Amino acid sequence: MKKYTFTEKKDTRSGFGAGMTELGRTNPNVVTLCADLVGSLKIDTFIKENPERFIQCGIAEANMICIAAGLSIAGHIPYATTFANFGSGRVYDQIRQSVAYSNKNVKIAVSHAGLTLGEDGATHQILEDIGMMKMLPGMVVINPCDYNQTKAATEAIANYEGPVYLRFGRPVVPVFTDPNQPFEIGKAWMVNEGTDVTIIATGHLVWEAIQAGEQLEALGISAEIINIHTIKPLDEEAVLKSVAKTGCVVTCEEHNRLGGLGDSVAQVLIKKNIFNQNF
Amino acid sequence: RQVHGCQSGHPGGSLGCTDVLVALYFNTMNIDINFNMKGIGEDLFFLSNGHISPVFYSVLARVGYFDVKELSTFRKLNSRLQGHPTTHEHLPGIRMSSGSLGQGLSVGIGAALSKKLNKESSFVFVLMGDGEQNEGQVWEAVQFAPHHKVDNLIAIVDVNGQQIDGSTDKVMSNRDLAEKYKAFGWQVLHMDGNNMAEVVTTLATAKASSGQGVPVAIMMKTEMGAGVDFMMGSHKWHGVAPNDEQLATALAQLTETLGDY
Repeated sequence: MKKYTFTEKKDTRSGFGAGMTELGRTNPNVVTLCADLVGSLKIDTFIKENPERFIQCGIAEANMICIAAGLSIAGHIPYATTFANFGSGRVYDQIRQSVAYSNKNVKIAVSHAGLTLGEDGATHQILEDIGMMKMLPGMVVINPCDYNQTKAATEAIANYEGPVYLRFGRPVVPVFTDPNQPFEIGKAWMVNEGTDVTIIATGHLVWEAIQAGEQLEALGISAEIINIHTIKPLDEEAVLKSVAKTGCVVTCEEHNRLGGLGDSVAQVLIKKNIFNQNF
Repeated sequence: RQVHGCQSGHPGGSLGCTDVLVALYFNTMNIDINFNMKGIGEDLFFLSNGHISPVFYSVLARVGYFDVKELSTFRKLNSRLQGHPTTHEHLPGIRMSSGSLGQGLSVGIGAALSKKLNKESSFVFVLMGDGEQNEGQVWEAVQFAPHHKVDNLIAIVDVNGQQIDGSTDKVMSNRDLAEKYKAFGWQVLHMDGNNMAEVVTTLATAKASSGQGVPVAIMMKTEMGAGVDFMMGSHKWHGVAPNDEQLATALAQLTETLGDY
């Protein structure tokens, strides 16, 4: 079993900000929009270095999403940024009609997703966004696990043509992945191989899954841990291969049981009918 | 005839906006009928009130984006001409899905900003309904455009005074729309949308007035159902299809549209 360690903790949103800084320097088509949350999204450097490619929208997210859709028509790559709560549920109709059904190359990049937002409370801890976004045609849904992976994902999606929902968070969490990792949309990352149980985790809970794996090892249970950073399209092959080996699977995510990663994994297992489930 | 052919659709608003769409596509806008989505160097048009798709499709076909015969497939299964415009059937001339109201002005702002970043001198036109002004998002966009000096954008509001449930005054009063736009920082023009000469000159004035740091809005007074006497002056023909007899009566009043598909 591989041991994972970390020397520092950082917030995934800062990984996004670092990715945007890099994109600002390397991709002249990238444009960033924000709905009055520049500090929270960590995009100050992008704005400082590319003021003409930043669009402040004020507290008007519906307008921001559709402006992003309009910007994409002639080849710009807009990143519409806000909190996950306001970049999904609040603007679902705008994303559905002007981004997804119009197949526009818009990146919806949102912070403060999930329960780990913490102190802001339930109204802001969105636990439904993965499900909502998953249902939209053509929408890619990504939930990276640490600072480095969020930075890599932020840069990678600029090279993918189509709508993307990139979800990350507020708390500082261990930085344990390679700073120079390649990021391939839809490709699961085998964190640790095991034989007794498959733990499929996404986002902040990947580190927690690693901790769980170490505790299980002490009990004599060999856990296979998979990081699913892309929930849609799901790496079905990785899921099926692992579950066929272990015969037992647990999913971990900051999301409602309905519509999340667990739902996606369960659906694959039902379709392939490979073993009994308790969901 | 499109609406009659499938017995569904929106004839009233379509007839009221015929003049402005004909003027835009045949006179005002610089377009390439060999459609490409990006439209670099072209003027762009976005139909925010997507339900008036019959006139939009009709003008797109007649200006040459696709065969006029395809209009007979309107709203039918497997047609590219859905009840409200969509992009995934790749109908030439359509750059954005619309129908859920209130989104088109924001989209137009995005396209206009993109043209500014590209240093293009082209214009972006957006058509909205007056009932659509009920939507909150319209006002998010109305406050954004002057703040960001989006002065290559021309918004047209079809002021026919009607929406589905009745007159706009009864359902949700717009009060003085022109004054509201002015208060947000827009330059406002007025025109009779059913007077072709006035439409053409006002659109030219709007273009000439652009580029001064201020977006331009045109309050376009129209008559719902314009050109068909029994459809005019009422909200009742917002979303109702004519029967065979009504179609014959209507076409007899608009003989220039007979028999081209």
